[in-house]
Amino acid sequence: MAHAYTPGLRVARDAVLRRTRRLPMRGEVLAQVGDTVQRQQVVARTELPGNVRTMNVINRLGISADELPTFMLKGEGDVVRKGDVIAATRPLIKWFKTVVEAEIEGTIESVSAVTGQVLLREPPLPVEVLAYVDGTIVEVIPDEGVVVETRGAFVQGIFGVGGESYGPLHMISSGPGQDLNPDAIDAQCSGRIVVGTGLASYAAIDKARQVGAAGVIGAGIHDSDLRQLLGYDLGVAITGAEDIGLTVILTEGFGRIAMARRTFDILAHCHGQQASLSGATQIRAGVMRPEIIVPVVDRQAPADNAEAGHSGGMGEGDALRVIRAPYFGRIGTVGRLVADLQQIESGASVRVLEVEFEDGTRALVPRANVELIEE
Amino acid sequence: MGKLDVVIATDCGSTTTKAILIERQGDVYRQTCRGEAPTTVEAPFEDVTRGVLNALQEIEELSGRQILDGERIITPADGMRGVDIYISTSSAGGGLQMMVAGVVESMTGESAQRCALGAGAIVMDVLAANDGRLPHEKIERIRHLRPDMVLLSGGTDGGTVSHVVELAEYVAAADPRPRFGTGFKLPVIFAGNQDARSEVERVLGDKTTLHQTENIRPVLERENLGPARHVIHDLFLEHVMAQAPGYRELMSWTGAPIMPTPAAVGQIMQTIARRQNINVLGVDIGGATTDVFSVFATIGDDGIAAEPVFNRTVSANLGMSYSISNVLTEATMANVMRWFAIDIEEADLRDRIKNKMIRPTTIPQMLEELQIEQGVAREALRLALIQHRALAVGLKGVQTERTLADVFEQSASGDSLIDMMALDLLVGSGGVLSHAPRRSQTAAMLIDSFQPEGVTQLAVDSIFMMPHLGVLASVDEKAATDVFERDCIVYLGTCVAPVGGAGKTGQACVTYDLQVDGAPAVQGSLLYGDLQVVPLADGVGGEIVLRPARGWDVGAGAGQELRTRVRGGVVGLVLDGRGRPIHRPDDDDGRRKCVTRWNRALELYPEVGEET
Repeated sequence: MAHAYTPGLRVARDAVLRRTRRLPMRGEVLAQVGDTVQRQQVVARTELPGNVRTMNVINRLGISADELPTFMLKGEGDVVRKGDVIAATRPLIKWFKTVVEAEIEGTIESVSAVTGQVLLREPPLPVEVLAYVDGTIVEVIPDEGVVVETRGAFVQGIFGVGGESYGPLHMISSGPGQDLNPDAIDAQCSGRIVVGTGLASYAAIDKARQVGAAGVIGAGIHDSDLRQLLGYDLGVAITGAEDIGLTVILTEGFGRIAMARRTFDILAHCHGQQASLSGATQIRAGVMRPEIIVPVVDRQAPADNAEAGHSGGMGEGDALRVIRAPYFGRIGTVGRLVADLQQIESGASVRVLEVEFEDGTRALVPRANVELIEE
Repeated sequence: MGKLDVVIATDCGSTTTKAILIERQGDVYRQTCRGEAPTTVEAPFEDVTRGVLNALQEIEELSGRQILDGERIITPADGMRGVDIYISTSSAGGGLQMMVAGVVESMTGESAQRCALGAGAIVMDVLAANDGRLPHEKIERIRHLRPDMVLLSGGTDGGTVSHVVELAEYVAAADPRPRFGTGFKLPVIFAGNQDARSEVERVLGDKTTLHQTENIRPVLERENLGPARHVIHDLFLEHVMAQAPGYRELMSWTGAPIMPTPAAVGQIMQTIARRQNINVLGVDIGGATTDVFSVFATIGDDGIAAEPVFNRTVSANLGMSYSISNVLTEATMANVMRWFAIDIEEADLRDRIKNKMIRPTTIPQMLEELQIEQGVAREALRLALIQHRALAVGLKGVQTERTLADVFEQSASGDSLIDMMALDLLVGSGGVLSHAPRRSQTAAMLIDSFQPEGVTQLAVDSIFMMPHLGVLASVDEKAATDVFERDCIVYLGTCVAPVGGAGKTGQACVTYDLQVDGAPAVQGSLLYGDLQVVPLADGVGGEIVLRPARGWDVGAGAGQELRTRVRGGVVGLVLDGRGRPIHRPDDDDGRRKCVTRWNRALELYPEVGEET
């Protein structure tokens, strides 16, 4: 058997990438095909319908629901300001008059003669979508958004928290496997993306946050530190909306693990260059991993196609990382693909491969427990 | 329909499309071949039929039967060419996601939830007039969740109208968009007070695709879930499936409507319960969710056996990969660790579980890792059963006449229907149960988490075939039950668990005489705190006489002798004297020794130096 399928994280020195930037609902697209855009440029905008406020008018007026329409001074679709009288009684003596004022600025959505409720809708909320990466618009999705193409270094992380952020990469390690030292994070990290190559502790991330860093990239994190950072225990890996003041991306996983050499080389090479980061992770069908993109626009040589990572073939000599104990985090290459099922220590009979580690040792590992380091 | 000799069935899951071939062999139907391929609903393929064709091609190669002519399924079968019918289930794209609403949370809200779950949906939220949320919070919630459809109920016929209309107004104000198909209106099913129909039509008619059907709770004393479930299935096909990539084409291939996967599993459970006249509890533990199904006989107010009640619940964030970290959060670390005979640092365990969450397709290579996953699985199953018990209840709000004798009984309306002592068959399914290296591990996980009482058969779905058989049951019940008995289910054996007594470790809680068909009788006693396995092979039956000690009950009442048939299996007869709930020492060292003893009794894991 020459090949086997295995998922892998993409790590590319120079790749062409496309990112779809779509509004949550239909709106206006502000860019055209061929436009050059900057990462923080607005490319589409729309207005979300405002929140709805319910007002129980009949209780305040002391009337029955079916009487409500006759006491309303404003009708469905009318625009009102906060404090405008929307309904009132009509007593013979005006001192006994009771009025109901609009609690918010907005529009009367509905007046119900069954429930006696009046629904007021707040003004619409503007929503804008940024280009996210420096690049060129290659497609416009009418009324919905655009596709931006860029070229540059691309690193997929395994897990992240926080949304999108931008800034120059700031590598503070001299080689893989160096924990992020809080003392090495100082004022010059402000607005930058701090890169470490080992454990990213809560203390280090918090220090980065205090000095105003835009993001932190590390190899591993302890779950206890993640809990401290988020303020809760993450149950399901669907992230991206955390309000933690910066974006955090891990390239390897949980625990003390060294960053893969190739990932380190690329990030070190991009030190000082502007990067776009997305911490959004979704580990479900339709998997989404966090990513680091460092656009470089002036290269002459042809780039890789980083999107073409679907073939999934695994062949002898391919670089891989083991992603489960007892060899968790170790980097090696595919030594041999064993065709027959093999019994492993757990007692299960599974398909395995022989991994040759960087120190020359070899071990049999279930195929499900390795991932290719894809270039 | 015509002859039914060859059936091809697929289940299009979120990640894998599984196909099985079923053929008539003489008088019985057998599953003869299986194939699978990655599901192709998402980019870059975005066409579910690609994955189906790939899975069918694998069956063609393995069976030698030609099924496809290009991209067309050949029907009917003629010799080794073609099949008589193609059927399918689907849970791709996240399955059927619904919001339900009722006036009173514990009455029509709960009925609406049971209705949607039984139809195979994931219930994203239950809205009720009395759910404690402010109106704008409810509206925001509806808008935020973007369900595939909404089931709106509330009010008995002739009861409240205004509360029902209020809920309709919230749905209208939210103006929710369906998950699939921009430009389509959200399907809303109204199955509440029939007097509110015209008002609901006025409020929702223009903004949604409104379907009105019979009230799911026409009177407090009765649920009427069938009509609304049918509408849900129809809308699932028309709106949800038809919008998903390739499904319109797939629907034209099938000889029976495509069913949501969980609805099909529920169908086969009900078929088996009805044909064998037994109470069944089933669980399917997946990577993200755990489904629990139950079919329990009930006794009506007149004392006569009523129609068995089917219930299904889905615990949306209890699973063994995507949701494994959530199991730890919900179950607590102490509850997970109580199942371990091994000593492991809490921080290390947390990191390992998070790594499984972010790399969900990995498998345990080390024995220690297997034990960790199986410990977590016990807790996921336990929690899923708790959630099931809470929903599988009698109707709440029903006035019952109580006699003087009832005064001493604490039962009230809304009692759980899940009576573990009355349970006859417990069926497990899903990777961690079906693919455990030893079947005894499967039996142990089921017993430890569900804690069956009295005499209960245990089984496991060998290759997750129940969805296929569920949809087959809607076409030919005999074919489905033939395959269920012969190829789908692996009988693990029977669990005997006395309950109720307060013993001391080492004291006998039950003595037994087992007369295996055609073999010498076996006698013995079960000590409190012990687990025992008595060999009783698959396909072998026997009669057992159980004599519980004072205070202990095996199903005939405290201290009462029980004589019954037991069925063997690949594990045998498991005698569980650990009490209910399972008793274990409080201190870590004592607990680990205890768990080690139980593990050895069932030969769960290889001893040091032993071949796996």
